[in-house]
Amino acid sequence: MARYPSRYSALSLLRKGATRSNWPRAWRHHELKSSYDVVIIGGGLHGLATAYYLARNHGITNVAVLEKAYIGGGGSGRNTAIVRSNYLTPEGSAFYDRSVQLYEGLTEDLNFNIMFEQRGHMTLAHNDASLRTMRWRAEVNKLGGIDSKVISPAEVKELAPAIDISDRPRYPIHGALWHPPGGIVRHDAVVWGYARGADARGAHIHQGTEVTGIDVAGDRVIGVQTSHGPVATPIVINCTAGWSTLIADMAGVQLPITTRPLQAAVTEPVQPFLDPVIVSGTLHVYVSQTARGELVFGASVDPYSSYSSRGSLGFTEGLAGHVLELMPGISKMRLLRQWAGLCDMTPDFGPIIGPTPVDGFYVDVGWGTYGFKAGPVAGEQVAAMVATGAIPELIASFGLERFEEGALTAEKGAAAVGH
Amino acid sequence: MLVIVCPHCGPRNSNEFSFLGERSSRPAVATTTPDEWRRYLYTKDNAAGSQLERWFHVSGCRRFLDVERDTVTNEIRSVRDVAEDAR
Repeated sequence: MARYPSRYSALSLLRKGATRSNWPRAWRHHELKSSYDVVIIGGGLHGLATAYYLARNHGITNVAVLEKAYIGGGGSGRNTAIVRSNYLTPEGSAFYDRSVQLYEGLTEDLNFNIMFEQRGHMTLAHNDASLRTMRWRAEVNKLGGIDSKVISPAEVKELAPAIDISDRPRYPIHGALWHPPGGIVRHDAVVWGYARGADARGAHIHQGTEVTGIDVAGDRVIGVQTSHGPVATPIVINCTAGWSTLIADMAGVQLPITTRPLQAAVTEPVQPFLDPVIVSGTLHVYVSQTARGELVFGASVDPYSSYSSRGSLGFTEGLAGHVLELMPGISKMRLLRQWAGLCDMTPDFGPIIGPTPVDGFYVDVGWGTYGFKAGPVAGEQVAAMVATGAIPELIASFGLERFEEGALTAEKGAAAVGH
Repeated sequence: MLVIVCPHCGPRNSNEFSFLGERSSRPAVATTTPDEWRRYLYTKDNAAGSQLERWFHVSGCRRFLDVERDTVTNEIRSVRDVAEDAR
């Protein structure tokens, strides 16, 4: 294993402090070469994790990550940083459970503190139908060895005293799905950690480098056109979100994806009072308190497709109403800011990972509202797929061909709050 | 929130409408192929720019509308009743 340019440790912190020397850059700038073994489009969590695992697990280091703006500026920096694995299908929960395992070891693996706090993840049920689905999810999860169970309103109150479990709200709480390994991560740190790790092992990260075309000869990829010139390569991996269909169009591949904005917001920081991540599908909202004390809220995707990441007042009003149903005690808190990220929605709420009809053109797209929590496992599995040429078991059910074969995933019930 | 100028009801907030997605034409069921049917069901243009799409004025006149919208700026260029389009 290659050594990091500068290992982060208490000792190195002390040494740098004592000698007042600067830290070296976490990742370097390189000139764009005229050819690479692998070109990854999209310098977000998925692209950088793929580059990292290509080098770390398979020794493939002649890799370029092409990012049109700056790394982690898309979905990777706009999500609400929630990690969990209590999905509905056996395939889904096994996949996301591998991601939780990777997140658990990531700080050490990357030598970069990603601040993963496993404070538990609680999905509230406001009606019988939700409670039934949660029992189903809990049983599927238990069979897969995932810590997940249904709890009563009294237990909800014990774990999160700020939640109103009375019959005052329009939709009183009937119970919840409780998933102790779930939690939140500092999302920027994951992006930076993977970037630093990939760079240290030889991958080139090219920020400000937009892909403007993909060269296909016959039915094979031979290179990409970029804003900084052409690059020859036998393998292109589309790791973009929001713009994934536009990139795939360049290779002549059509994807069953529509782009929808998802809005989120954050409050001013306050004393810690909310330990677990709280999710309500009925109220279309999820909330967690960051290590800094802010409450981070997310919602379902906007009701129409769009590439615009402007926030809307309608979202803020709806969010405030819903959150106050859950936690009436925070009515005096002020929102600091709101933003939107672009989500690639697929018809079955499952991602699309795998080869395409164009040889050498792979996709890791369609991440809807669940791409952040899947970043490490997607990177690991896509790297394995590209390196070995075989499709790993964990991602076998997420191929593009499922839409032809009718073998859709059935993850809608556990993947998103907006349904 | 978008404001959609309904040809029957005038300018209304978009939360009065339900968005049914980009317009596509359904192949003839009797003669379609599985591949064509799959494209119709799942494959989208997902255009970044001008898109012709269908909305239903669920809390208004309950008419189906064809809307031309720029998906990057959200500017709405035209709104027509589908019956008018079919004419």
